[in-house]
Amino acid sequence: MDARAAAGDDARMDVGIFITCLTDTFFPRVGEATVRLLRHFGCRVHFPPAQTCCGQPAYNSGFHAHAAALLRRMPRALEGCEFVVTPSASCAAMVKEHGPRLNGVDAGDIGRLAAKTWEICTFLRDRLQLDIAASLRAREPVTFHYPCHARGIYEVADLQAWLGRLDLRLPTRADLCCGFGGLFAVDFPELSGRMLDDKLDSLAASGARLVICNEAACTLQMAGGAHRRGLPLRFRHLAELLAESLGLMEAET
Amino acid sequence: MSRRADLRQRVAEATRNERVLQAVHQATWRKADAREQSFAALRHADALREKAAQIRRHTLENLPEYLEQFVEKATALGAKVHFAPDGPAACRIITQLAADRGLRLAVKGKSMTSEEIGLNAALEAIGVRVVETDLGEFIVQIDRDRPSHIITPIIHKDRREVADAMARELGCPRTEDPAELTRIARGYLRDIFRRCDLGITGVNFAVAETGTLCLCTNEGNGRMTITRPRVHVALLGIEKIIPRLANLPVFLKLLARSSTGQPMGVYTTLINGPRRPDDPDGPQELHIVLLDNGRSAILKGPLREVLTCVRCGACLNACPAYRNVGGHAYGSVYPGPIGSVVTPLLYGPACDDLARLSSLCGACRVACPVQIDIPALLVALRARAADRQPVGKRLLLSVWRRVMEHPWLYRLGQAVLRHALRDADGGWVRTGRGPLRNWTLVRDLPRPARESFRQLWEARLRDER
Repeated sequence: MDARAAAGDDARMDVGIFITCLTDTFFPRVGEATVRLLRHFGCRVHFPPAQTCCGQPAYNSGFHAHAAALLRRMPRALEGCEFVVTPSASCAAMVKEHGPRLNGVDAGDIGRLAAKTWEICTFLRDRLQLDIAASLRAREPVTFHYPCHARGIYEVADLQAWLGRLDLRLPTRADLCCGFGGLFAVDFPELSGRMLDDKLDSLAASGARLVICNEAACTLQMAGGAHRRGLPLRFRHLAELLAESLGLMEAET
Repeated sequence: MSRRADLRQRVAEATRNERVLQAVHQATWRKADAREQSFAALRHADALREKAAQIRRHTLENLPEYLEQFVEKATALGAKVHFAPDGPAACRIITQLAADRGLRLAVKGKSMTSEEIGLNAALEAIGVRVVETDLGEFIVQIDRDRPSHIITPIIHKDRREVADAMARELGCPRTEDPAELTRIARGYLRDIFRRCDLGITGVNFAVAETGTLCLCTNEGNGRMTITRPRVHVALLGIEKIIPRLANLPVFLKLLARSSTGQPMGVYTTLINGPRRPDDPDGPQELHIVLLDNGRSAILKGPLREVLTCVRCGACLNACPAYRNVGGHAYGSVYPGPIGSVVTPLLYGPACDDLARLSSLCGACRVACPVQIDIPALLVALRARAADRQPVGKRLLLSVWRRVMEHPWLYRLGQAVLRHALRDADGGWVRTGRGPLRNWTLVRDLPRPARESFRQLWEARLRDER
């Protein structure tokens, strides 16, 4: 181990939470789980309050000036953090993959932010060297949704490995899109709804009722569709399940 | 009606056509699964895709040289090469050929490029009868329909519709048995093949080094089309060139696997010039029409990667949006993910909205044998059209940006949203208003949390140990 680990409190990793707007607004429990996990594993956690949205919805729909304006704020909002950790792989990808190619964003600033930004599960696995699978517990069968925009951050196989010791009911076509797609969901609602139906059919056929989904936007779409159709599916972020497994949060029923 | 409203409505209508969507679901899932299995069985599949992509990109970077070499070699083999700057020019070249030689009955192999330029209509206008010989295209033609997939033109039809069309148009006894239907079509086409005098095909690859044309088919109709008639016209986009014959196996390994999951197409035909004196068969004349039709302009632009496409159709089969609207809703010759990139580039900004017909899930990129980053190209097209979006949407995005630029406004926005949705039934909004209307058309919306994360952080989480 390096000297920092032995040096006690001052040597702990300084982690800034990048909560993302949808998680902040709709799923604060995912943020709570992220904070508790990081603290549990010895990080000092900050929440820089100037952060809002990374600009991803504007980027995906082609409004790149708006996207750049919001993305430009991020390096300053998250300045001073040694690491930036987010529960959303798509927002991580916005910062790490799309941001550096966007006009109107300082390459040095966004490059530094990109280098220190991590999605929570990969941070736990690669940076903190934790065995996620060994700590996860669930009292019922689980299935999962792979968020399309996690490609390049983690793959289906990673998600499957993290959930591997649970009673995992593999969905057919785990990487099938839920039909959200940002403004696409409201530009073509009927089509988005049909894609959602395919996704929900696949999840429902798995036999599990607890769905691990690590993306707030996909959860918004799928939970909304499941509720409309009266399907008994519940959606959890892996961070929530892990925090529950470690006794850091009450299990939500 | 505006073109934009037109697309939205076409898509909405297509999503209600259960019969078509059931057929498209079954076929695309079957092909996507077959593709995946065949790639899993292929050693070094990713290295092969990488190599294919490199060859295609290298070719495009040096296209003038390779085209020149191809023309020289093909001409030396006895072919006559024509350049067509656009679709009408290509149609003129081919109709003129037919008229000059008095050709009256044309057989066609499957060619999306000919669809692109509307060749059939041009030939029929001068009195040449055109018969499609690919079974799918044949059924499209007799049913006066349009192809809805670049490889599987009748992916939207079930066997009942095929049976109806065949019985009605050919006067044969009605049957839904695919084997029997194929036999009937075969018999019908045999007679046409006996009498035809012009053969028209597309081209899968054209080899610069040797002047060779490569044609990949599954039904053998391509081979009949190039050997029976006395004149063969091969129509291809200028981007179909590959440098060397040794490059061909790379693409042959990938093409059929990507299209249908077959290790290789059933018929791979290499054409080296017209019939030679000691050849037992083959056309007396071979004409190669190289079509530009906007391709040079694409090549100079930032989206040139799209020209590396080999038209395998894997992205259509992989795309969950295509699966849930079918090809006709796109309203373009080339549907699906690649079509939504190609069409605006070939036909202009009026088609730019097609780029929005995607959730950007990336299944197309994963399936593409030449690794085209289709989602990135779609995003680039959306960016070029952003200023032409409806004013309401632009306004909403501008307001949203202003809100997100100021944390205090953002917090206020959260509070406003929470308040506006306070009456949500059991925590769920079922009928949203304004910008939420389209959301709740097909799914419910959960109420924002009573306490946002930042409120939770300030109230308890920050000081918690």
